[in-house]
Amino acid sequence: MYVAVKGGERAIENAHRLLAHKRRGDQSVPEVTLAQISEQLGLAVDRVMSEGSLYDRELAALAIKQARGDLIEAIFLVRAFRATMPRFGSSEPVDTGTMRVRRRVSATFKDIPGGQILGPTFDYTHRLLDPLLAEGLAPEAPATADAHTAPTPRVTDILGRDGLIECSPPADDGASVGDLTREPLNFPADRDLRLQNLARGDEGFLLAMGYSTQRGYGRNHPFVGEIRFGEVEVELFAEDAGFAVPLGSIELTECQMVNQFKGSATEAPCFTRGYGLAFGQSERKTMSMALVDRALRARELGEEVRAPAQDEEFVMSHSDNVQATGFVEHLKLPHYVDFQSELGLLRKLRQEFADASTPDAMKEAAE
Amino acid sequence: MNAPAYNFAYLDEQTKRMIRRAILKAIAIPGYQVPFASREMPMPYGWGTGGVQVTAAILGPEDVLKVIDQGSDDTTNAISIRKFFAKTAGVATTTATNEATVIQTRHRIPETALHENQVLVYQVPIPEPLRFLEPRETETRRMHALAEYGLMHVKLYEDIARFGHIATAYAYPVKVNARYVMDPSPTPKFDNPKMDNCPALQLFGAGREKRIYAIPPYTQVVSLDFEDHPFEPYRFNAPCALCGAENSYLDEIVTDDKGGRMFVCSDTDYCEGRQATGHHGSLSAAPYKEKAHG
Repeated sequence: MYVAVKGGERAIENAHRLLAHKRRGDQSVPEVTLAQISEQLGLAVDRVMSEGSLYDRELAALAIKQARGDLIEAIFLVRAFRATMPRFGSSEPVDTGTMRVRRRVSATFKDIPGGQILGPTFDYTHRLLDPLLAEGLAPEAPATADAHTAPTPRVTDILGRDGLIECSPPADDGASVGDLTREPLNFPADRDLRLQNLARGDEGFLLAMGYSTQRGYGRNHPFVGEIRFGEVEVELFAEDAGFAVPLGSIELTECQMVNQFKGSATEAPCFTRGYGLAFGQSERKTMSMALVDRALRARELGEEVRAPAQDEEFVMSHSDNVQATGFVEHLKLPHYVDFQSELGLLRKLRQEFADASTPDAMKEAAE
Repeated sequence: MNAPAYNFAYLDEQTKRMIRRAILKAIAIPGYQVPFASREMPMPYGWGTGGVQVTAAILGPEDVLKVIDQGSDDTTNAISIRKFFAKTAGVATTTATNEATVIQTRHRIPETALHENQVLVYQVPIPEPLRFLEPRETETRRMHALAEYGLMHVKLYEDIARFGHIATAYAYPVKVNARYVMDPSPTPKFDNPKMDNCPALQLFGAGREKRIYAIPPYTQVVSLDFEDHPFEPYRFNAPCALCGAENSYLDEIVTDDKGGRMFVCSDTDYCEGRQATGHHGSLSAAPYKEKAHG
């Protein structure tokens, strides 16, 4: 009985061996490869890269395999690896206006320069389970056309030319971008840190927070100005060479929300922005992020802060699923020392209650 | 693929320097919570990442490390953290409180008195003693700055009004160096007096909440109370069933489903040390002990 509450090195080792065994599952079934995960579970890889804040498909696929498909566990694996990596510097800002677009839709205009491009999307699929897929199915080759050469300017830039939407704040070349993984976060936090927090934030949490703004908890009248997904170049300014060198290209999803106006006696009314950006194809994430980003700008835009999604301490302190899952799951660690202390107190209080309720005590009280 | 290669005690030197700066500031302002850029560690938040980062930052090759959880060296998480440092730093480990130079702990302070050449590193879940009275960090930082602790005293008073006692049994708030109200981490209040005027350096690391705080050696630590309701440490009134100790904090072990209980020291090193020097309790024929450590 005394043994039952104590751990033991061998127990831990055996548990880990059993875990590895369960991870592999039935060994008569072929083992899944990293390439299979990366190619066939691509959106899971995208999510792990985004919330793990590390753009590496192979490592993300490994994390998903190691985590038995538990994406939050996979994100945690990637984050712990990332934390040990040296920082060489910051890339130049990526220009999503020059993105090689695979998908691009706007809900605000029927047609836009560069066109609406549906690309690979679940939208408009009928959600009927497909028995053919269970057997393995070689899909039809996709329809092709000549590569689109016309530029695809951002819809918000088109609105911006007429002053209908607020300007994005101009880049301050001298200022470094905040990094909450390197500096402790203080409140109130600037938008760069808020966006970083949201980009790393849990998709489910942001979805619920964004949804709450649509249902009236911090409503901000959103329209999808544009969602675009595709490849962009990443460049690093090399001090030695004196110019920016290309590092490679990454896939990004960007969502620009167009929201209700601001304006004042001295300023003409204009639409306001909410912004979402994530690695890979992550539309639900970037749309939710854009809604929450806009909600968190309440203070800056002089709106009353009343709803949870507008409260930056609430949102930023609870958005990180690695933090949240650690603290929730730590409740399964032993707490018997504190519990014993509570038991002692509760027994004492109950004893005093019982003593006070006995007939003797009642008589004394009556006298 | 990038093969992971890790530094001594896991963290890179830059991160260690950042943590050491936070520790030095914490020592200079006893009880004040210093924000630091906590890293993601390879164990979950809430499982001791703050303590692990503090330990990693102060550990040297000559150190002897002891890790306890709930007072015990052989609870699963204590074993896991001890193995982590044995692997990443190659330091000597021990279960003997006296031999350790660095002791990382969760929820207990060892029974054996600490000495000047030791550092006690606490794992802290919620560093802010005012958090459950005021959820906003911006507010609680202001309250600390102004030493505005009335709310805490009102809470303790309301406990007395409702229950007849201060209804805080663990994480019992203390005032450090007559200035900052501090959360001692979720240690039972039995351990609070050990923090006062302690010869060892006490460091507190909260990884998820990104805070480090400290009690320098020989610093005054007072548990909050009222003149007519003085602070009382709680201990179950029984000797340890294994070593007979009358003054150690006890774990309650449920032995059957008919109300059977036994009470044994939560500090396993202390209990084993006493048994080795001939102390016995009512159940110390000791088959339990061998099973527990076999």
